[in-house]
Amino acid sequence: MNSYISLTYGDLLLASIFLVMNAVFSILLSLRLERQLIVSALRMITQLFLVGLVLKTIFTLSSLWLTLLVAAVMVAFAGREIWARQDRRLNGVWGIGLGGTSMLLAGTIVTVFALTTQIQPTPWWSPQFALPLFGMILGNTMTGVSLGLDTLHTALYRERVAIEARLLLGSTRWEAVSAAHQRAVRSGFTPIINSMAATGVVSLPGMMTGQILAGVDPQEAVKYQILITLLIGGATGLGVLAATFASVWRLTDKRERLRLDRLAAPRT
Amino acid sequence: MVSALRIRQLTTKLIGPISFDVAAGECLALMGPSGAGKSLLLRAIVDLDPSSGNLSVGVGARNDMPASEWRRRVALVPAESGWWADHVRDHFPAKIDATQLIAKLGLAGSVEWDVGRLSSGERQRLALARALCRRPEALLLDEPTASLDEHATTLVEDLIRECCGDGMALLLVTHDRRQAERMAKRLLRINKGKIEQASESAP
Repeated sequence: MNSYISLTYGDLLLASIFLVMNAVFSILLSLRLERQLIVSALRMITQLFLVGLVLKTIFTLSSLWLTLLVAAVMVAFAGREIWARQDRRLNGVWGIGLGGTSMLLAGTIVTVFALTTQIQPTPWWSPQFALPLFGMILGNTMTGVSLGLDTLHTALYRERVAIEARLLLGSTRWEAVSAAHQRAVRSGFTPIINSMAATGVVSLPGMMTGQILAGVDPQEAVKYQILITLLIGGATGLGVLAATFASVWRLTDKRERLRLDRLAAPRT
Repeated sequence: MVSALRIRQLTTKLIGPISFDVAAGECLALMGPSGAGKSLLLRAIVDLDPSSGNLSVGVGARNDMPASEWRRRVALVPAESGWWADHVRDHFPAKIDATQLIAKLGLAGSVEWDVGRLSSGERQRLALARALCRRPEALLLDEPTASLDEHATTLVEDLIRECCGDGMALLLVTHDRRQAERMAKRLLRINKGKIEQASESAP
């Protein structure tokens, strides 16, 4: 495993050539994407450098509390991201709390399970294993949860007349919203299902590719990738189900009403 | 099945307090300018919007029964009808034969149609039929003939009279003075969320 080739900063600069080229095209074609393109690339570079520094420190210190703190910060950012990706959100603290909590729940259960029964580092919460694992699970769950909630809230709003028609004819709130809820769950599941189906044939996952580039035996890298993908799929499902059920519960009430007054106006 | 609808101190954020009765077999007309709160009042009665107050139909009080049961006994046909499946038949309970009812509204055979092909007048009549086939004790209608021609309006009015004859309590929101005169003995006027005037016979 000594085939690891270290990269220089010059290599990274060289790799940005095509991205810069895209920005130039954007200016030439008046696509107005150049700003977003450059800003997001710079964000990516800065964030990764910072996270590299932070991770190095945390791995060296190997403290449970510090590990938990970093995990909490990750959840907070992911929660904010879920909030930002919805066109219509729940009012007040529910807007950010519901997505964040479902993701925290699903991500924690699955990560702790994997750390204690499959990967089993010592200690089991070892930041070198726990944080990257939690991050990957969180990132994918975040996508699923935000898609699920966005679909649900849009559907409940657009189909309110049909949903209330069912309520008026004596249906319960769960019966009345079942079609919208099913659609929301499906849309939350779709990315992970598509990515599992295409993995290895259409795309080589980033983590596995990274490991192989870093000199790990492909068969070992594959085993890790399968483990991670299974965990991600499981956590995404749990997160989407938890978030959409909780949101339906919040957007209806015991008197079988649709409570769209608890949904904020869409962003303009 | 003879039940009166009693409304006492019905209050929501936007309307009320409102109190009135609809006797069993009575048709009460509700009129008022656009934005007066007529539709909000109907929504509050069937518990679609949160409200306070004491409501009952017959001996059953709203606060003592699940919302779904209350709505089976006090039905609302809103001005805009909602449809959740592709076929008309999927909106009617499988156990109930609504063929006769639908035929009375001039839409025989429409159970087999696609919802997407219905005109607004057909939707309005089928929405009335699907509420009536569940045999509610009180019926609230929000402009039930707004998009109907003269013939269809007559069919709907005849059916409403028949329901009243069977003892159903009926609350009819309408913008049409002559319809109120034809259908109701009593008229309630609402403005800015409050009852402005109640007359014994429709003027």
